[in-house]
Amino acid sequence: MKGLEPLPAVDRGSVVPGSDMQWQRIVWPVVVFVAGIVLWDLVVRIGEIPPYLLPGPVLVFQTLIADWSVLSESLGVTLLTALEGFIAAAVGGIALALLFNQSKWLEYSLLPYAIVLQVTPVIAIAPLMLIYLPQQTAVVVCAWIVAFFPVLANTTLGLNSVDRNLAGLFQLYRASRWQALRYLKLPAALPFILGGLRIAGGLSLIGAVAAEIAAGAAGAGSGLAYRISESSYRLNIPRMFAALLLLSVAGIVIYMLLALVSHGLLRRWHESALRKEK
Amino acid sequence: MVEPALSSSDTPTAVRLRGVTKVYDNGTVALGPLDLDIRKGEFVSLLGSSGCGKSTALRLIAGLIAPSAGTLDVAAQSSGHAIGFVFQEPTLMPWSTIRENVRLPLKLAHMPDAQSSARVNEVLAQVGLTEFAGAYPRELSGGMKMRASLARALVTEPDILLMDEPFAALDEITRFRLNNDLLALWRELGKTVIFVTHSVFESVYLSQRVVVMTSRPGRVSAECRIVSAEPRDDAFRTSMAYAGYCRDVSQALIAASDEMANAAKARA
Repeated sequence: MKGLEPLPAVDRGSVVPGSDMQWQRIVWPVVVFVAGIVLWDLVVRIGEIPPYLLPGPVLVFQTLIADWSVLSESLGVTLLTALEGFIAAAVGGIALALLFNQSKWLEYSLLPYAIVLQVTPVIAIAPLMLIYLPQQTAVVVCAWIVAFFPVLANTTLGLNSVDRNLAGLFQLYRASRWQALRYLKLPAALPFILGGLRIAGGLSLIGAVAAEIAAGAAGAGSGLAYRISESSYRLNIPRMFAALLLLSVAGIVIYMLLALVSHGLLRRWHESALRKEK
Repeated sequence: MVEPALSSSDTPTAVRLRGVTKVYDNGTVALGPLDLDIRKGEFVSLLGSSGCGKSTALRLIAGLIAPSAGTLDVAAQSSGHAIGFVFQEPTLMPWSTIRENVRLPLKLAHMPDAQSSARVNEVLAQVGLTEFAGAYPRELSGGMKMRASLARALVTEPDILLMDEPFAALDEITRFRLNNDLLALWRELGKTVIFVTHSVFESVYLSQRVVVMTSRPGRVSAECRIVSAEPRDDAFRTSMAYAGYCRDVSQALIAASDEMANAAKARA
């Protein structure tokens, strides 16, 4: 067949990094961070505030280094709990959303209970979980409860947001349910799923900390939340701040890792991950 | 090269609608009763105002929705993937390359990639997109996306090509170019084409027959046969004959609109 004349080569638009914006996105938070630290230090020094009320940033940093062996071990425990809760939330949330998508009656039957889990404060559920389950399992379950709903809600929304015409096209070509799921619904829902996972990453850490506080257990397997409670009881405020700092950094790292995964999976096609073109 | 079949009584019927109506769940009567015969190899445009049920008719023929009443025979449907559909928007999967978008219907038919690649390459060459096979839809212009959509519709070698205002969102120059490309493909492949449009000029330029539909609920109000020397080109677009056909079709469209307005007044 002869066919049509091939189209002339066109410039597809060279993708260049929005260098100014990229630069500002890093510099401004750093400026605010440094200004905050300086302000904090000045307040403590000028006000001569005692360390048991508000330690200065230098003291917090010194405590972090001095207590690193204890704090890092606790950080490992909390991160492991958060990771287990996150994986359970990711697998459970996506799997349940897929089931909801395939069966409306299942969605109608189970969704209200998923919402009940979401709206009940985990700090109220944790004591019950600690009665019925082994401590470590109860803590992971709490992390899962907090993190699971955003994954479920986002995945459900994504699976239901498939382009109507594309769905019609799959119908026209008599695609099976499995084909429609694999080639259409899951890729279309991917940005929503990744958005849910990003939220769940932070929430699983929050859930783990809340459950650890409720558990209040000491010993070799103690997480960072226990270290915070313990420091509070002993008025070791610098260590409390150091533990809080570690938690914040852990939360930021989790978010950034998930954002990186999201960017890697979406960078070729989804608006949220595309750099601005000049 | 397959010469396009002219509509005549001895050419087999590709699509037949008899008393077809469509009432949506909300009670809207979108179509009918519609009686229409389209012959194999014919290029027919369904012309009417927005909301007159043209797209509904196309979706009924594609089997995407079921008629509320009447009979609908599509000869091609018995032979599997015999219908190609081009939507108003390109409707490409943004997460897949152009090659994978075009391959989709063959993949859904469980054809292994090794086997489908030759056909995909062939149809990409037909629409002039070989060089862009590895690009993502976002990297292409509106016209090129429509070419990709057309390639996907042609990849299964369908007997019938259904096109739902495919060029409506494009600028005039791109639309003219794609009109010519579509006519070239139709002459080459000899498909039956049912083309929905609200443009009088486009319908006259492309079609062997223009079916003018009334406002909702859509029915056939008039049919105009367009006879011209083949192949049609820009000379036809600027000819007196073309202007005459456009005038006739425009008058038929106005009459169809008046007919419905008068009927509504009479009911009131």
